[in-house]
Amino acid sequence: MSKWTRRAFVSSGIVAGGGLMVGIAMRPGNQVKDLASKIGEEFDDLVHTYIKIDSDNVVTAIIPHSEMGQGVHTALGQMLAEELDADWDQVKVEEAPAIGEYASYSAGRRYLLSGIDFPNVLIPTVDGMMMRVADTLNMQITGGSLSVRSTGFLAMRVAGAATREMMQAAAAESWGVPLDEVTTENSYAVHGLTNRREPYATFAGAVAKMKPSQTPSFKDPSSYKIVGKYVPRRDIPAKVDGSAKFALDVRVPEMAYASVMRSPVPGGSLVSVDDSGARAIQGVIDVVAIPATSVTNMLGEMRSSDAVAVVADSYWIANRAVRALKITWSETEYDAVSSDSIYAQFDRDISAGSERSSDRLEGEVATAFSGAARVIDADYHVPFLAHTCMEPLNATADVRSDSAEIWVGCQNPLGFRRVVADVLEMDPENVTLNNHIMGGGFGRKSLQDYAIQVALLSKAVGRPVQLIWSREEDIRQDFYRPAVQSRFRAAFDEQNNLLAWQNTYTNKNEPIEAPLIPYAVPAQDIGYVSSPIHVPFGAWRSVDHSQHGFFTESFIDEVANTVGKDSYELRAELLRDNPRHLAVLTKAAEEADWSTPLPEGRGRGISLQESFGSIVAQVVEVTVVNGQLSVDRVVAVIDAGIAVAPDGIIAQLESGIIYGLTAALHGEITIENGSVVQGNFDDYKSVRMKEAPVIESHVINSGHDIGGAGEPGTPGIAPALANAVYDATGLRIRQLPIGNFDLNYQVEETGVVA
Amino acid sequence: MSISFLVNGIQRTLDGDPSKPLLWVIREELGLTGTKFGCGISQCGACTVQIDGEAIRSCVTPISMVEGKKITTIEGLSSGSGDLHPLQQAWIEHQVPQCGYCQSGQLMSASALLASNPNPTDSEIDEAMEGNICRCGMYGRIRTAIKSVNSSNVASSERQKLYYSATEVDYV
Repeated sequence: MSKWTRRAFVSSGIVAGGGLMVGIAMRPGNQVKDLASKIGEEFDDLVHTYIKIDSDNVVTAIIPHSEMGQGVHTALGQMLAEELDADWDQVKVEEAPAIGEYASYSAGRRYLLSGIDFPNVLIPTVDGMMMRVADTLNMQITGGSLSVRSTGFLAMRVAGAATREMMQAAAAESWGVPLDEVTTENSYAVHGLTNRREPYATFAGAVAKMKPSQTPSFKDPSSYKIVGKYVPRRDIPAKVDGSAKFALDVRVPEMAYASVMRSPVPGGSLVSVDDSGARAIQGVIDVVAIPATSVTNMLGEMRSSDAVAVVADSYWIANRAVRALKITWSETEYDAVSSDSIYAQFDRDISAGSERSSDRLEGEVATAFSGAARVIDADYHVPFLAHTCMEPLNATADVRSDSAEIWVGCQNPLGFRRVVADVLEMDPENVTLNNHIMGGGFGRKSLQDYAIQVALLSKAVGRPVQLIWSREEDIRQDFYRPAVQSRFRAAFDEQNNLLAWQNTYTNKNEPIEAPLIPYAVPAQDIGYVSSPIHVPFGAWRSVDHSQHGFFTESFIDEVANTVGKDSYELRAELLRDNPRHLAVLTKAAEEADWSTPLPEGRGRGISLQESFGSIVAQVVEVTVVNGQLSVDRVVAVIDAGIAVAPDGIIAQLESGIIYGLTAALHGEITIENGSVVQGNFDDYKSVRMKEAPVIESHVINSGHDIGGAGEPGTPGIAPALANAVYDATGLRIRQLPIGNFDLNYQVEETGVVA
Repeated sequence: MSISFLVNGIQRTLDGDPSKPLLWVIREELGLTGTKFGCGISQCGACTVQIDGEAIRSCVTPISMVEGKKITTIEGLSSGSGDLHPLQQAWIEHQVPQCGYCQSGQLMSASALLASNPNPTDSEIDEAMEGNICRCGMYGRIRTAIKSVNSSNVASSERQKLYYSATEVDYV
């Protein structure tokens, strides 16, 4: 990791008004050879972040990531301010504009530099992801739980530390004292021996002429005042009085409103539209057909089918008019596809096992099964899921003949600007993109389809347009967490030792390590088959971990049940080579009083999942009375290496757990006639307050490499919950959502459900 | 048809389609964007405002129903002098919002509850907040913040106990 900082390029200068500006860039170099041309030219300096110090000694940290609720602006500001030794009360945080200088190189390059200490198993995923980025310059992504561990760790810290060193040097020079006698404190340089103390701003002119260190030294964590401390989030006050401006709140002069409907079956095209009823509604301005588009982004090709939109003087009118359209869509090859046919296809493809690819093949798997005293097997599956951000997709565009302006909340401002420019056949420099805080993102707002639509609409009607997706459109035109089936077999010897673990699942995405287990099983064969589906894939909070966490942590529980061992004890035995995982698991068990028996009708379940560089264990307590399930308590423990913003990590754990709980209890997108059935919160339910358990969170600062926070809370809740239901009822849940099951089912009669 | 009502203490008179939902009148015609659109069918609560002190879903309330009524939106929750409502202060104290999009509605539901029931039980809070979804899942913090307003025995926060406790850290 230190190699990174040596490649950091720090520059400084005076800006208008007398403030000091220090920029930090990540300079390419020594990257994986095959990727060099994708990354940029050698010595191509890309300013990654800025510190601005004004004459009143106010420090501004400019942050190249989007805020969707995760608190990233505050956390990254903390990292910069800590190393700068700044007065936190005099530090402002601002989101960087969507211009090329703020491309998020460090997010990608963290993985791409050779020689970094990173598990080899991960490299192909990230390489694959990066290779598909058509133009890395146009990437300004917030996702993958990466902001703190990439930009924060690799850029914000360096910028802060390099600037602090220059301040010390300038003060020493100015005061004529030895450099090592100058200290810093709360945005001041201090010389204790002569009792001198001057604000950083005093030295701005001198610092601007200095050559910044490329390898500044960092603080000892024991002296931290801002990182690792409770710091109130900067974005919260505006979110309690209605003043926070989301993209939906943008108001542009002469703006019209639009509502849209895209082909219900992906790939369907517009045959005809009878818009007479729609046009008869007072306030309708125009009815516009939006052609299908195809763009390349992080996840590969993103196709959007034909759509029809109504532009009106009110969203309410526009949406009424859309519902009054009589649209004929073409037939597609998917018109007969249903959830049932998809699951049947998965089952067939797993059974056929043709062209099975391997994630992990270790030990003598075939021998273990042929000589086993006992073999168990189980099939699991999960349904498609939509994201349902609270703020429905929306964007505003003002497209002129030679330029365009876009207002949107998105997870990749530069990527959005690039595709909008492509679709409008403009240079990206002629497209201004204003990114707003998002009312949730969860992965959905990294895909540009809604911004493309509004750009084409504004162009078509020749005026500014705000496009708002109805909730129905938001749910039916998502890019979905895929439905997945996963088949397991486990082999035991006569002493009930687990000899072999075999797992085949459908359709691999990312992260590549999601299906792997941390347990010491001598023979492991984990792999997947391709089983293509037409329902478009999207990154959904924790991506592949969202399903594999449920699969593997449920099946390991079945292993424990089979041999009559305690669920915690079995895991602990198999974690003998992974002390860090064991510490997290054990802490969760202790905090949850694991060994204290519960009364009848109650149950406890446990799970462990490493994802995005963090390890999370969860213990869930449930009550099942007369088939009614109540989730009473969740104890969650996270080891994210270093907790930069402890309350932020806890908030993300709570959030990730409730997000995963919604999926575990209720989440199910079903497919009929090729299209999505559900359409709003009445048939695609979310957990509400009454269902929300008490969540007790614990943070372990292990000092290991810094891990992510936004996603790791999500994967472990479903398996811990299903395991708790088993503990309470004897019913083994192998399909989600749990809400589909009758928990009154008598286990004595059937053995298992699902 | 002309419809008159009070919004945050200001008299408003509008002409237009009487079936237009209050939500879109507030957002598009009155320029008050703190009240949010989330579902359009009174399922999520993002559009919650108060009519004569009662929390309602403005996305399904036609303006014909508010003739002569007193409407309060999130912009009118704090006192005229700029002091935050105690719930708004509690929301900050307990760091309730994440994305923040649902919070206007959450606060309007919670403030309507406390106005009629200053010391609600957990189940009364559940019932009053049942119509408000938070996809960031901040229900625990919302509950704590509501209870903190009229209850001095709620500890200011567990998080205050957190501190950087690593003994062996390799930060580079």
